[in-house]
Amino acid sequence: MGKTVSGSDMPCPSHHPDEGLVMDYATGAACEAGSLILASHMTLCPRCRSLAEACDVVGGSLLAEIEPEPVSKRCLLAVLAGIGDRRGAASDPARPRPPADIVLPAPLRNHLGTDLNGVAWRRVMPGIEEAHVPTCGGRFKGRLMRIAAGVAVPRHTHDGVEMTLVLAGGFSDEHGRYYRGDLSVSGPEIDHAPVVDADGECVCFVATDGPMKLTGPVARLFSRFIRF
Amino acid sequence: MPPMWRMSWLVGGLLMPLNGAMSDIDASTPQAVDGDLPLSRLVQAVAESRDRSAFASLFAYFAPRIKAYLMRGGADAATAEEIVQEVMIAIWRRAETFDAAQATVSTWVFTIARNKRIDLLRRERRAEVDPDDPALVPAPEELADVRIAAGQDAGRLQAAMRGLPEEQHELLRMAYFDDKPHSAIAEASGLPLGTVKSRIRLALARLRKEMKVEH
Ligand SMILES: [Zn+2]
Repeated sequence: MGKTVSGSDMPCPSHHPDEGLVMDYATGAACEAGSLILASHMTLCPRCRSLAEACDVVGGSLLAEIEPEPVSKRCLLAVLAGIGDRRGAASDPARPRPPADIVLPAPLRNHLGTDLNGVAWRRVMPGIEEAHVPTCGGRFKGRLMRIAAGVAVPRHTHDGVEMTLVLAGGFSDEHGRYYRGDLSVSGPEIDHAPVVDADGECVCFVATDGPMKLTGPVARLFSRFIRF
Repeated sequence: MPPMWRMSWLVGGLLMPLNGAMSDIDASTPQAVDGDLPLSRLVQAVAESRDRSAFASLFAYFAPRIKAYLMRGGADAATAEEIVQEVMIAIWRRAETFDAAQATVSTWVFTIARNKRIDLLRRERRAEVDPDDPALVPAPEELADVRIAAGQDAGRLQAAMRGLPEEQHELLRMAYFDDKPHSAIAEASGLPLGTVKSRIRLALARLRKEMKVEH
């Protein structure tokens, strides 16, 4: 596996979601898989994290200026009964700190209940493995992909949007080079054939909202094996 | 000297048993302006001494707003009030975790209400960044410089919000209140996705300028 540096010596990623996607995360409109990939990117990207914080401030301002809706007394009484005299919940018991060499950002790690070493991979074709990341409803479906060094993913496009977050290693396509923390977003207009760097395997979290369509000459061959 | 808000008509009115209309709370109530000390002092009073009258004032200010927020998001009045209860109870329990240096009370309450809406109305989980995650890449110096200013700038931000072109302001309200991703807003409003994206970009750029700490 490639270097999976985590923490402070990581540079800021250079490929980001656009403002609309970050705002969807802040407004809460992003679906579960969408929030997973955005929160994972933000763990690795202080720039987008700061934008999302700013979006929360905007939400606070909008809440302050909303036209209020009268609330029944019953609601207040229920709340006063609900709070009792109890003090606030004690702060969370100290959780064991995960080791510093973890690969998955906390949102994914918590969702899966494991770091990368506990993921059950399924082989989809030589050099490419995937693991379904179950989420509740929503627009996007998520999965982890592990692709061996130097492997070229068959040329494809999408009916909808594909978001790919690099977690280890790197890949490139016609549009750029992607490393840990980089988020590549491609719409239906983008037809690409990513190639994993030669110096190590690449692990990505991918969220898609439409089936992938193979477009290259090997399409017919591979579409029998690949199940996206 | 008792703090101002103790004498507020809100508190007296709210703690009175079931007579008189419990009206919606007038946003113009002078002491109920976020960004001024009072709201964060109320939270502090709850955190430090479980002050029920301070909490009632928070209820008077926020519950009608949270209810309106939830109804805009598609909840009926009864469901909205049930979720209001959950949000207000969370405010009571988590008051200690509120940090006035990090956020305004309105921002803090918005995030709680948003998360309860996802949890209880949509029955989904929202992934959150964990600030203690060893994988977290810390903000470099130049980003730390543009840290969002806390409480004292809320008024400035609200003024900037009112100064936005109406189509941008309205787009923000739709995005935050209607529980629709921006792509769905584009579809619903018949605007090209590119127009929606550029309005969002312009609005956020303008508002973020107001959030930056001046040196
Ligand atoms: Zn980013």
